[in-house]
Amino acid sequence: MDTHPTLPEFDYLRPRTPAEASEFLSGHPGEARPFMGGTDVLVRMRDGVLTPRFLVDVKGLDGANDLRFDPKAGLTLGAAVSMNRVIASADVRTHYPLLAEACRSVASYPLRTRATVVGNICNASPAGDTIGACLVFHAVLHVHGVHGPRPEPLSSFFLGPGKTTLEPGDVVMAIHLPLPPDRSAGVYLKLGRNRLSDLSIVGVTALGHPDSSCSSGYRFRLALASVAPVPLVPLEAERYLANHAITPESLGSAAQLAADACSPIDDVRGSARYRRLMVRNLTATALAQVWNRLTV
Amino acid sequence: MSLHEIHVTINEEQEQVAVPANMTLMRMLREKLALTGTKNGCSAGECGACTVLLNGEPVNSCMVLAVECDGARIVTVEGLAGEERLAPVQETILRQGGVQCGFCTPGILISSHALLQRNPNPDEEEIREALVGNLCRCTGYVRIIEGVQEAARMQSAAD
Repeated sequence: MDTHPTLPEFDYLRPRTPAEASEFLSGHPGEARPFMGGTDVLVRMRDGVLTPRFLVDVKGLDGANDLRFDPKAGLTLGAAVSMNRVIASADVRTHYPLLAEACRSVASYPLRTRATVVGNICNASPAGDTIGACLVFHAVLHVHGVHGPRPEPLSSFFLGPGKTTLEPGDVVMAIHLPLPPDRSAGVYLKLGRNRLSDLSIVGVTALGHPDSSCSSGYRFRLALASVAPVPLVPLEAERYLANHAITPESLGSAAQLAADACSPIDDVRGSARYRRLMVRNLTATALAQVWNRLTV
Repeated sequence: MSLHEIHVTINEEQEQVAVPANMTLMRMLREKLALTGTKNGCSAGECGACTVLLNGEPVNSCMVLAVECDGARIVTVEGLAGEERLAPVQETILRQGGVQCGFCTPGILISSHALLQRNPNPDEEEIREALVGNLCRCTGYVRIIEGVQEAARMQSAAD
C-alpha cells in the first residue's frame, strides 16, 4: 500500500467565461469536471476513485467570489465562496444563522478555508452538512449550461449518492437563498462519532415559522442527512405539523413520521437501525428546540 | 499533462516555480523548495500536518493545487519566526512542553498562530475548535492548549 499516493495526472484549465467553461465541459463528457474548493474531488482522485483528464477551475469566473445579501431578495453565494466566509458574514449570521451553524459543523477551519457550499451541494453526498440548511431555505441553483444560464431548484436536484440533474457542460455558478420566512427559527443537529469535525451519522435540519395558512398556525421544514440515497425532506412529517396543533405529542408523532420516511444503510459510521432511531430522537429534539424559540 | 509557471511569495521571498497540474501545494513546498517543515501526514485534509497560510488563512496544503497558487502569499512554519525571536505560539508551546514527536507541530503552530490573529483572546473551547483539524497522537493536547493560552496572554500583555 502506497501511504503517500500522489494525484493521478490531469490537465488544469481556468476558463475566462461561463460559456467557455460549459463548452469545454460539454466537449469532454466524463473526462472533465468543474473544480471548486477541491476538498472532495482531490481526496477521491488521490484514492483513485476519480481519474478526470481535466479539472476546470471555475473559481475565477465572474461572480464566483461574490457573497451578496439583498434585503429584498435574499442571499447569493458564488461557487467559490468558502464556508469560512459564509460563517464570518454578518449578513449570514443575522438572517441565515442556520446556514452558518451548518457550515461550522464541517471538518476543520483549514478545510473550510477551501470548502464551498456550492461544492458541498454538487458533491451530492447524502451526508452533506450544508445541504439541509439550503433545502429548508428553498434554495435555487444558478446553473450555466451549453444553452446558457438557468435556475435549478435544489428540491429536485439530487438523484442519488453523487448524482444530480447536472448534464455535461453544466456549471453551478451560484446558489441563491430567498429571504427567510418572518420570525423563523432553525437548528442543525449533527450526530458524529466525535463532537466536532466528523461526517454525520445522522443530521437533522429543522426550520419553523408562524404561517396563518396552516391550521396549526405554524409551518416546519425538515431535512435529513445520511439516512437515504439523497438528502431527504420528510414531507409527511412537515404536513402533519401544518395540520395538527403543536404539542409535545404532535412533535413526537412528526419525529416518528420523519424516521419512517428514511431508508438508511449500515455503514462504518452506524447501523441502519441506529440511524432510524436517532432520526426520531434528534428530530424530536430539533423540533422542540425550534418550537421553544418560536414561542418565547 | 500541463506544466504551469507560477509566481508565489513564500515567507516573504519571491519564487518562480514550474509545477505539473497534479502537484499539490504541499509537494511543491517540500519537493521543489525544500521547505520540509510542512509535513505530509494523510494527503487527505484530515490530519493538519501540512497546514500553511495561503493569503493569510490556514489551509491543508495537500488539498490545494500548486497551480492555483499563482500570485498567492504563502507562509510556512519556516516563516513564522522573526530574525531574532520565535513567534509567540512557538515560544509558549515549546515552554509548555506541547511537543513530543514533533510531526504535528508545524501544523499546530500555523493553526494556532492564525487563530490568535483572528481572535486574540480565545477561550479553551475556541482553541479546541480551531485545532480540531490538527491531530496529535502524543501530547493529549493539554499542553498545546496551555501553550496557546499563554501565547494569547503574552500578546495581550505586549499590546
